Amino acid sequence: MRVPDFTLPSSLSKLLTHLPATPPAFVLAAGLNQLVKRGILPADMSLLDGRRFEVRVQDAGISLRFSAVGQGFQVDRSTDEPDLRFTANAADFARMMLREEDPDTLFFNRKLIIEGDTELGLIVKNLLDSVDWSGTPVARFMAA
Amino acid sequence: MTSSRPLPELVCPAGSLPALKAAVDHGADTVYFGLKNGTNARNFAGLNFDDKTAREGIRYAHDRGRKVLMAINTYAQGADIAPWKRAVDEAASLGVDAVILADLGLMDYAVRTHPELRLHLSVQGSATNCEAIHLARDLFGIRRAVLPRVLTLDQVRQVIDNTDVEIEVFGFGSLCVMVEGRCLLSSYATGESPNTHGVCSPARFVRWEHGEQHLNARLNDILIDQYGKDDPAGYPTLCKGRFAVGGETYYALEEPTSLNVLPMLPELIEIGVAAIKVEGRQRSPAYVAQVTRALREALDAARDSQRFSVKSNWQQALGKVSEGHQQTLGAYSRPWK
Repeated sequence: MRVPDFTLPSSLSKLLTHLPATPPAFVLAAGLNQLVKRGILPADMSLLDGRRFEVRVQDAGISLRFSAVGQGFQVDRSTDEPDLRFTANAADFARMMLREEDPDTLFFNRKLIIEGDTELGLIVKNLLDSVDWSGTPVARFMAA
Repeated sequence: MTSSRPLPELVCPAGSLPALKAAVDHGADTVYFGLKNGTNARNFAGLNFDDKTAREGIRYAHDRGRKVLMAINTYAQGADIAPWKRAVDEAASLGVDAVILADLGLMDYAVRTHPELRLHLSVQGSATNCEAIHLARDLFGIRRAVLPRVLTLDQVRQVIDNTDVEIEVFGFGSLCVMVEGRCLLSSYATGESPNTHGVCSPARFVRWEHGEQHLNARLNDILIDQYGKDDPAGYPTLCKGRFAVGGETYYALEEPTSLNVLPMLPELIEIGVAAIKVEGRQRSPAYVAQVTRALREALDAARDSQRFSVKSNWQQALGKVSEGHQQTLGAYSRPWK
């Protein structure tokens, strides 16, 4: 399965921008917590503790903000600048998560924007790369 | 005509367990990895292996008949050489097929402490001729040397013709100024370099500034490049920066580019290269999968040198993940002699 080329229509992004970002951010944080709890996300939480993250899906016009607190993640409701922000279109995020596309390649091509603490960005990138999905139901969707 | 030479080993990088599995699954004969510390030249935060993932990775590769090499290719630093010795001990205990070493003192330790451990001379050891390789062979019994990316194809052939030590060469990956084992540019800006701390341009010194028109790359506050809106970006290393020299701003040291030996695979096989190495332990499992698959197919096809031609899908796969969007045969091709 390959992620097709697409950009979300601007009408959708206009709509999504007006919806509250908290529910999707909550789902994201809860999902991450499950992955940590089951030992699938091999996160050294001491490196992430207290740091604030933002995932900005450009063509969807939504920003998901969450932070690492202790041994888990929670929705971040503050309006301060996050420590790390990843920005890309939905299709490129999907390609990166499914390992169809290498994050460095997306970065070279200016399709992935990483802002904030560069070292924290590298920790998160390498953390995502080190998740071994084999043996999980997600494995059949992964390209590598 | 089919070459009488054995096909070179395809040696692929692994910065994580999924990358190691991707290399094995897509046709690597051998994978190489490093530990999570400064004993290897890709000491990036969150990258590399701990004892548990190393054991699992080695089991995965060995179960499928592939080999695993551990890179301990930085230079032991005087203040405390214990981590380097421990890395060698760990390699022996893990049962890797060889260690890739650059530091002569560490080779001496390895051969005295673990005489059964197979030693490869790292590219960081900067050995470009038979004499240097034979010195390491005679003193420490090294079995393979990885050549720095500075030799022409003819020079590589000359080394191979004059030694019984296996010769490994680079086949694909990002290029730098290629004074392997001797580059201090990163230290000039940050005090840390691959040889001393296992990392070029450490991430904590890197700052990307996103402006309206430009993306600025700064290394310890030094502006090393400025990209226009859709310019391809590269790794933030000094050697690939653009600098104002004599009133002109340009890539004064090295243009971001990737090595790609696809067109000369038959020649590399014919001169008797033992292994072809892919750069990129810092890259993702996606990169490892794509590059390994393309090179596996190409190597298998290059066995028949008369009918070999570079297929567009291999070039596409390698071109897509290249840094700098241009590829070169590097020093291998120097027709001007």
